[in-house]
Amino acid sequence: MGLTGAATLAAFLLLFGIAWKILDLSRPAISRYGFGFITHQGWDTVHRQFGALDLIWGTAITSFLALLVAAPVSIAIGLYLSELAPRGFRLIIGTLVELLAAIPSVVLGLWGILVLGPFVGAHIEPWLQRHLGFIPLFSGSPQNVGILIAVLVLTIMIVPICSSICRELFLSVPSELEEGAMALGATRWEMVRGVVLPYTRSGVSAALILGLGRAVGEAIAVSMVIGAGFGIHWSLFATGDTLASKIANQYQSADTDILRSSLVYLAGILLIISLLVNLAAQVIVRRFSYQRVGGT
Amino acid sequence: MATEAARFTLSPSRRTRRRKLVNFAMQGLATLAALSAVAVLALVIVSVAQRGAKALNWDFFTKTAATFGESGGGVANALVGSLVLVALATAIALPVAVLIALYVSEFAPPRIADLARLVLDVLNGLPSIIIGVFVYGLLVVGSGQAAWKGSFALAIIMLPLVARATQEVLALVPPTLREGALALGASRWRTVLGVVLPTSVGGILTGTVLAVARAAGETAPLLFTTSIVANTVTWDPRQPMLSIPLSIFQLSESPDPADHARAWALALVLLSFILVASLTARTLLARSRRKLER
Repeated sequence: MGLTGAATLAAFLLLFGIAWKILDLSRPAISRYGFGFITHQGWDTVHRQFGALDLIWGTAITSFLALLVAAPVSIAIGLYLSELAPRGFRLIIGTLVELLAAIPSVVLGLWGILVLGPFVGAHIEPWLQRHLGFIPLFSGSPQNVGILIAVLVLTIMIVPICSSICRELFLSVPSELEEGAMALGATRWEMVRGVVLPYTRSGVSAALILGLGRAVGEAIAVSMVIGAGFGIHWSLFATGDTLASKIANQYQSADTDILRSSLVYLAGILLIISLLVNLAAQVIVRRFSYQRVGGT
Repeated sequence: MATEAARFTLSPSRRTRRRKLVNFAMQGLATLAALSAVAVLALVIVSVAQRGAKALNWDFFTKTAATFGESGGGVANALVGSLVLVALATAIALPVAVLIALYVSEFAPPRIADLARLVLDVLNGLPSIIIGVFVYGLLVVGSGQAAWKGSFALAIIMLPLVARATQEVLALVPPTLREGALALGASRWRTVLGVVLPTSVGGILTGTVLAVARAAGETAPLLFTTSIVANTVTWDPRQPMLSIPLSIFQLSESPDPADHARAWALALVLLSFILVASLTARTLLARSRRKLER
């Protein structure tokens, strides 16, 4: 029993150790740049002027857009798997969607840069530019790497995660409620909108927040397809960088202590964001399960 | 006759028709979403299989990379490296994770158990690149890279996965079994060793296989801990070792199409392993769960 307690204590210590070590390694950069680092733009390795704003922007735009695409798709897949699919299909398609989550990010990155990127750069982006070019998001010249491709890859990564949580949530809706709505003459969609979605609202938002967390922290696949660009652009065709992809790209070749420390400072910002995101999702999930236990 | 009948039948009003149409459209969209996810999976698997199969041959599995300018060569060091890295990570993570799960579900007071679950969930949600930076700062700074340090980073990724999977199986062990053992005078520890663990060992193993499949594909934790390597096959975990995901990452950045072919072939090996492992584990998990729930 003492042994099991010690192991659990080790997990607690591990979490604190990670936070402490990141803080410790980034101390030189924190004392040199202070909090101005977060709002400073540019990453100048020659003059050793580093700022995180470009990367925070890159992280925000890629993960929010990925979530924007992934949210309706995941909810739709969850609904299909829980309400619509014929019994035999349910297991097969559910398993396939979960296998999509099992594809390692480096394989998805490889596919993104050698297959998806050239296709999007040659066909999708010119089309978007021709028809929607008046929107700043779709202006600029098409390329085989860039923010749009990173968004697509991230979407593929978070859809399976969100949709399998959504499916579990939708399956947890008491069937009396669903049957009641159907008995009152509601169509399937009206039943979903009036009963299933309101009943699972907080759970679904937690699932989406968890997906956001995953998108924010993804380093390898994003660094392979986003093109390591600079600056803040509205165009989705431009190259960019995120907090995580910058660390993955530069940490190994970092030759000065201050550069290495600045990169860990980025990791610290990333750590705080992902802690906040995860805790928020957990709080929602916990409150949600309490409500259900207490409510019935 | 026909018009007469129409006036009194229950033919749908315009409103009903619209409701049915919306319903139909929404069902169509949901089906489309599910099919497109399956299509993306198929697309990725087909691209990897098509391009990867071309570069697979005997040399690929048995030789290390050819020197610059020569053709041929293989990735034996990456294959061996992944094997050692993941085996070692499993050896570190499995016992600790099982102990944590036992503590949480058998011994801990409810409040602490809840807190421990939260810590596991947060650990699970940490970006893997942060774990890479952490292990770099903890173990690599000052003493250099080594395979066991990479394994340690992978073990941190596996820990919450195995612990949560184990916890879920433990929760399915019928309380009557535990009570039976306790009633026979066994101590709680004997009960756990003699009754609870043997009942749930299948579930723990499948959870571990899923975690192994996840760890085998992780790149970010290895990037700073075991990436600068010699071009030889080594089984010694005190040396840095190459791994499959890391060499895919490095080869993908090369301008040489031959390197891309090698990256695809590695991706094929990795993907086949992961898909087979997760499919088997899922099937077994479903079976063992049914057995326990019965």
